[in-house]
Amino acid sequence: MPVDTSYAGREYPPNDVYEVSRVKLAEFAAAVGATHAAHTDVQAAQALGHPDVIAPPTFAVVVAQRAEAQLLEDEAAGIDFSRVVHADERFTHHRPIRAGDRLVTVLHVDSIVERAGLAMITTRAEIGTEAGERVATVVSTLAVRPEES
Amino acid sequence: MAVTFAELAVGQEVARAEVVVDRARLVRYAGASGDFNPIHWNDRVATAVGLPGVIAHGMWTMGAAAGPVTEWAGDPGAIVDYQVRFTRPVPVPDPGSTTVEVVAVVGALDEAAGTARVDLTVAVEGARVLGKAQAVVRLS
Repeated sequence: MPVDTSYAGREYPPNDVYEVSRVKLAEFAAAVGATHAAHTDVQAAQALGHPDVIAPPTFAVVVAQRAEAQLLEDEAAGIDFSRVVHADERFTHHRPIRAGDRLVTVLHVDSIVERAGLAMITTRAEIGTEAGERVATVVSTLAVRPEES
Repeated sequence: MAVTFAELAVGQEVARAEVVVDRARLVRYAGASGDFNPIHWNDRVATAVGLPGVIAHGMWTMGAAAGPVTEWAGDPGAIVDYQVRFTRPVPVPDPGSTTVEVVAVVGALDEAAGTARVDLTVAVEGARVLGKAQAVVRLS
């Protein structure tokens, strides 16, 4: 089944709250080799002016992918994950994600275009607090190969 | 120790590092990130989809490449924008490991915004694995 291009322009309702914990930030920082003390040591983070430990720059992917699943796991969208390659990724931080944040994400399907036989799907996850403060924007493009015929 | 605008010039190298990745690292990243795609831990699945074997998560490579920039910037919160293109897979053998080389150079300075664009060269055995890898860093 080909990718359904009519999904372009779709906006999903805010997803469930993601509560950021110190333990999760430390686990993620260790996995990517982010050794800065502001990821694990509250006093080091506060010395830099942050209220609590802060996330490494790419941690927002953990939050964004929960919203992206609304599209990727929708069978009607026709996105077969065995044929997907991650093409590009961009994080814009309006402020650092920090422990204690309660984040909600609104997923936008910005575009679905055919290029050289590939379906290029660009999504934008707008991450903010429950109270409405903007925190991060995550733009991701996936390339979906056509089915073998 | 925050970096100040005055001490920077376009073309200046600000960070250089080698990051080693092995299968255990990928398993750790899978757990931490929630990305359990088997091409990042199962050779049988990876080769079935045409890869040479297990490859690193692109997002692991992107995350690992940010580390040297964060250390240089002095505050992870100073990275206000970070983007990459995934141009080449990073195979990770077993047994063994793969070394990812990261070089960060000042690509542009924006005095009005108080930011520096840092361009990253991220390569394995001399071949670039990320394209247009750029971090925008807020300076003091």
